[in-house]
Amino acid sequence: MRKHLVSSADLTRADIESILATAASMHDVQRREVKKLPTLRGRTIINFFFEDSTRTRSSFEIAGKWMSADTINLSAKGSSTSKGESLRDSVQTINAMAVDALVIRHNQSGACQQVAGWVDASVINAGDGTHEHPTQALLDAYTLRSRLGDLDGKHVVIVGDLTHSRVFRSNVLTLTTLGARVTVVAPPTLMPAGIASWAERDGFATGWDLDAVLAGDDIPDAVMMLRVQRERMSGGFFPTPREYTVGYGLTRPRVEALRARKDGVLIMHPGPMNRGLEISADAAESPNSVILDQVSSGLAVRMAVLYHLLAGEETAA
Amino acid sequence: MTELLITGARLSGTPGDVLIRGGTIVEIGRVDAPAGIERLDADGLDLLPGFVDLHTHLREPGREDAETIASGSAAAAVGGFTAVLAMANTDPPTDTAEAAELILDRGRAVGIVEVIPVGAVTKALAGQELAELGLMARSRARVRLFSDDGHCVQDARVMRRALEYLKPFGGVISQHAQDSNLAGPAACCHEGETSGRLGLPGWPGAAESVIVARDVQLARHTASRVHIAHVSTAESVEIIRWAKAKGIAVTAEVTPHHLALGTELVAGYDPTFKVNPPLRPTTDQESLRAALADGTIDAVATDHAPHARHDKEHTFEAAAFGMLGLETAFSVVHDLMVTSGRMTMTDLVHRMSVNPARIAGLDEHGRGLDVGAPANLVLVDPARRVTVDRAASWSLSRNNPWHGMSFTGAVHTTILRGRPTAHDRKVIHA
Repeated sequence: MRKHLVSSADLTRADIESILATAASMHDVQRREVKKLPTLRGRTIINFFFEDSTRTRSSFEIAGKWMSADTINLSAKGSSTSKGESLRDSVQTINAMAVDALVIRHNQSGACQQVAGWVDASVINAGDGTHEHPTQALLDAYTLRSRLGDLDGKHVVIVGDLTHSRVFRSNVLTLTTLGARVTVVAPPTLMPAGIASWAERDGFATGWDLDAVLAGDDIPDAVMMLRVQRERMSGGFFPTPREYTVGYGLTRPRVEALRARKDGVLIMHPGPMNRGLEISADAAESPNSVILDQVSSGLAVRMAVLYHLLAGEETAA
Repeated sequence: MTELLITGARLSGTPGDVLIRGGTIVEIGRVDAPAGIERLDADGLDLLPGFVDLHTHLREPGREDAETIASGSAAAAVGGFTAVLAMANTDPPTDTAEAAELILDRGRAVGIVEVIPVGAVTKALAGQELAELGLMARSRARVRLFSDDGHCVQDARVMRRALEYLKPFGGVISQHAQDSNLAGPAACCHEGETSGRLGLPGWPGAAESVIVARDVQLARHTASRVHIAHVSTAESVEIIRWAKAKGIAVTAEVTPHHLALGTELVAGYDPTFKVNPPLRPTTDQESLRAALADGTIDAVATDHAPHARHDKEHTFEAAAFGMLGLETAFSVVHDLMVTSGRMTMTDLVHRMSVNPARIAGLDEHGRGLDVGAPANLVLVDPARRVTVDRAASWSLSRNNPWHGMSFTGAVHTTILRGRPTAHDRKVIHA
């Protein structure tokens, strides 16, 4: 594995499998009474968050602490203009404190890749703008594999605001690398530019009609609903929330139809959910939902990522 | 009276001598000049009219940390330019006669390239009310080219009035064609697969071509002249080609970077490659090259846009738009278009000197090599290979997308009103 984790494209199938195997043993640690490993003692990890986050930040923080690293949280307001302190100055100031890893969340795409070119520390992308969120994709893969086993040939449908979704971008890379078939569904206004040639190149399918995809010959093994990013919806991408739900929400009738086709179909959501918009309450709480498993997988996976990037070659799994 | 004898240069292909006296060409052919006269051995070099850049950002006044009229003039001189049109988006902007004269005078004080101010179309480049176009035209700066560059004149009615108003003094509007609503406030790279993958707000090609289409209609309606700045898409080229066929008074420029650099360069999120309009895909680049070769696009313009490091070292979305261009323009265009056989050196002279001078209404530049013509000239070595080093730039800024690239064709000596201003990348002050 490389020094940094800035994109899911950095990870080969072997890398992913190795991280997920480590995550499985970390998951056991999570179930112990004393959740502490000495693995990263003496290492310093800074969670540098330029954008608000609750679950990802706390997940990285706990992951670091359980592995005995010194973890520090820093918040900064991501600059939205070219005024004020430059991104380079912000991170080089932190880098000068000889930290071992920078876990970075930023509201703008590409920030982590840029930072990785400027610092000595390992850079872990905890979500950059509308670009990627590699640890989310790893925890989703972990969750899927723990229920479905090997993902070769499994069909995962990703539905929602693809344009603004870093979860989609990382997931499509990680899931296809693991051999899954992926179909992404959104209204045309929420499909990223160039998706047709992109999908062809990277080997995934696209669709505008959710019901057609769910009823298609390729029965879904899992359906991942994406958050509709209300705060980014300045452009009038769809007429009303009501209309969105009718077209693209995981409603009770859709869940029932899915279960009729495959009893064990998995329902996923990276959170936070807009209940009643992209996912109904009973879909989120149905026995098919693995949404809370995703959260607990997140801890194990982030411990595994820190382990692989920081614990050194000689101790690597 | 200073005299200079250029010996053995290729003049439109055939070798000859040129004698310059008092800033004017006085003799061409085999010149028997007295000994003691200053000589410039130009064996193997082409002597051309000096280049004219319709689109330069010199940042003075306002952002002298990024560029000054002196540093930008130096970059222009070593790049083979004898005249540059300085865009109006300074701080304060060039939207009055006084502001225009300030730039003219500061350029003359530096004295190594003619700096001609571009006037703003609207007050403070705000797109609402006409700036004092007539007073700028009547000023000592004799402004003829007007532009709100950096901003598009969005309002069709304002654009129409401006096109009408400047007819009596032969003005032309250089339009930065960008429908800001369609492109969106955050647009920062070409909208396509690359922007989709990178999660960057896209700048669709249609946001340019819809304005080009509108403005050629307005030029037709008002029987006035419009110039399209930094054309970047195949669709804009098609519209311009159509408009010219209809006899509409439209001219257009293309930058070296839109000709040579593709949108895939932004994949690493390096803001050096962030520019407005954005770098486009290969299909657009190919259309632009064809249009430059066939004359649909009249001119090469650099859109030289220096930025301080701290304005570029942000996230891609937050970083400033723009890249350097003055020092490299000839080498890039020569290599891409002439060495490749797509254009002749004569075509290059038209695109980089004759046509831009005509568009900007400059009588002293872009003239043929004729007795009596002003000696605003450049000697180039078409065979010399150059490798760009951003550290060696005369610009105060380092946002150079050409760093490390090699090109065939180099500027040898630039001559302004009979006096060498730059030789082999060194600036010569009076």
